[in-house]
Amino acid sequence: MSTTERKYPAPMVNPEIKPFFDAAARGTLMLKKCAACGQAHHYPRAICPFCASDRTEWITASGRGTIYSYSVMRRVPVPYAIAYVTLEEGVTMMTNIVDCDLDAIRIGQRVKVVFKPTDGPPVPMFAPA
Amino acid sequence: MRATNDEEGEAQMTIKGKACIAGIYEHPTRKADDKSLAQLHAEVAKGALADAGLSKDDVDGYFCAGDAPGLGPLSMADYMGLKLRHMDTTETGGSSYVIHVAHAAGAIALGKCDVALITLAGRPRAEGMATGTVPRAPVAASPDAPFEYPFGPTVANQYGMAAMRHMHQYGTTSAQLAWIKVAASQHAQHNPHALLREVVTVEEVINSPMIADPLHRLDCCVITDGGGAIVVVKPEIARGLKRPLVKVLGAGEAPKHQMGGKIDLTYSGAVWSGPAAFAEAGVTHADIKYVSIYDSFTITVLITLEDLGFCAKGQGGKLVADGNLISGVGRLPFNTDGGGLCNNHPANRGGLTKVVEAVRQLRGEAHPKVQVKNCDVALAHGTGGSLGTRHGSATLIMGRE
Repeated sequence: MSTTERKYPAPMVNPEIKPFFDAAARGTLMLKKCAACGQAHHYPRAICPFCASDRTEWITASGRGTIYSYSVMRRVPVPYAIAYVTLEEGVTMMTNIVDCDLDAIRIGQRVKVVFKPTDGPPVPMFAPA
Repeated sequence: MRATNDEEGEAQMTIKGKACIAGIYEHPTRKADDKSLAQLHAEVAKGALADAGLSKDDVDGYFCAGDAPGLGPLSMADYMGLKLRHMDTTETGGSSYVIHVAHAAGAIALGKCDVALITLAGRPRAEGMATGTVPRAPVAASPDAPFEYPFGPTVANQYGMAAMRHMHQYGTTSAQLAWIKVAASQHAQHNPHALLREVVTVEEVINSPMIADPLHRLDCCVITDGGGAIVVVKPEIARGLKRPLVKVLGAGEAPKHQMGGKIDLTYSGAVWSGPAAFAEAGVTHADIKYVSIYDSFTITVLITLEDLGFCAKGQGGKLVADGNLISGVGRLPFNTDGGGLCNNHPANRGGLTKVVEAVRQLRGEAHPKVQVKNCDVALAHGTGGSLGTRHGSATLIMGRE
């Protein structure tokens, strides 16, 4: 079973997060990291949620991680897997698990980022690594 | 800040004993095709004031949340003809009304109002809303929306992720979750207003269609129209009314969120709201005779009971299994009206009816088949928003005098 037929809603981009989606259009996953406390966070913010510093900087993420949790939505025309993926950088982000058998998805599974098109910028999803 | 003297004559910065729940009402409708939203709010207000033996002209404080039409207290004060000196629109989704009771008690303790009215109403069924299975359009400019909405977050699959992780980490099973629905259905059979009155078995729950792994249809709460209201008054007024005296003893509230990406779906904000409520009330778990636990899904109940300290973390499955939540059978009777899983989840917000059934229990006015004996202390807990992303937890402990 594949999720490729599903149409993904476009993210609403604002100035604070535009670099994330500009990078997504180039196939790069970005995170925000705080120069003051050294911690990465997600979703990206101008002000660090851990120490409130405004010295947050964009970093390029490896795009590799593991599935923290997931749920396959069954009662819809095209079933899909929502998930949280914990990146190598230590932050966990909401996403979809795609390009795989939905019934074979497991917590702890290694995954890598793939970008899927929307009517706006592409969005980061993950497929088995 | 200087505290004023409370009834016991002690200066205390607490709401304990400083307000009473004098009126409650749950709208009997479960589908309101022929009513407006404002009308439903006014009908439940009328019902709760009649229950208390008060009139609308006694109300000087009004509390409502995001379900209220228009500009909330302004629109509803206008519709109902209220003259107010205190308003509160705290919005934490379905837990709002549990917080409203605490905030009303605080306002009463400070002399900001004497008779506080809290209303909830909605008509998602009449409006044909797919509450749990279609992503809700994000509120404008929600900072999280660009990083969530494209991935199809529904209520069901967000709670599904919380359940999936709990199962992975602690070995919780679908059969254990099913026991929560079984207990609710055992209670709902005695409630003539309940949407679902049929008793179900563990097997029927786990064989019902999968909605969002690992949650089956019967793990999910009902979708209903209607609403409810609560009247909170100062003790001097409550003593003059012909109703059993139910006092607010303690409360706690807290948001839980994604922690900047340090996500842990296995616990809720009840880990903070619960201890705060117990500390303020000065009671222990052994004192609690009845609990109303927000039950948007079975997993919501299990995680909440763990976080409130009724068992160790990860042991919720054992706590809820084998009928332990059934009144007259188990040690921890819960949601004796049938809860959101069977009875009512008006406006997709179940916090208000949680307080209502706890007050019925404290008054001895629950259905005789589910009334808990000597129910002198009860707890109501709300979870608004989503266990899978961000939610508001609210715990309220009440006692009968």
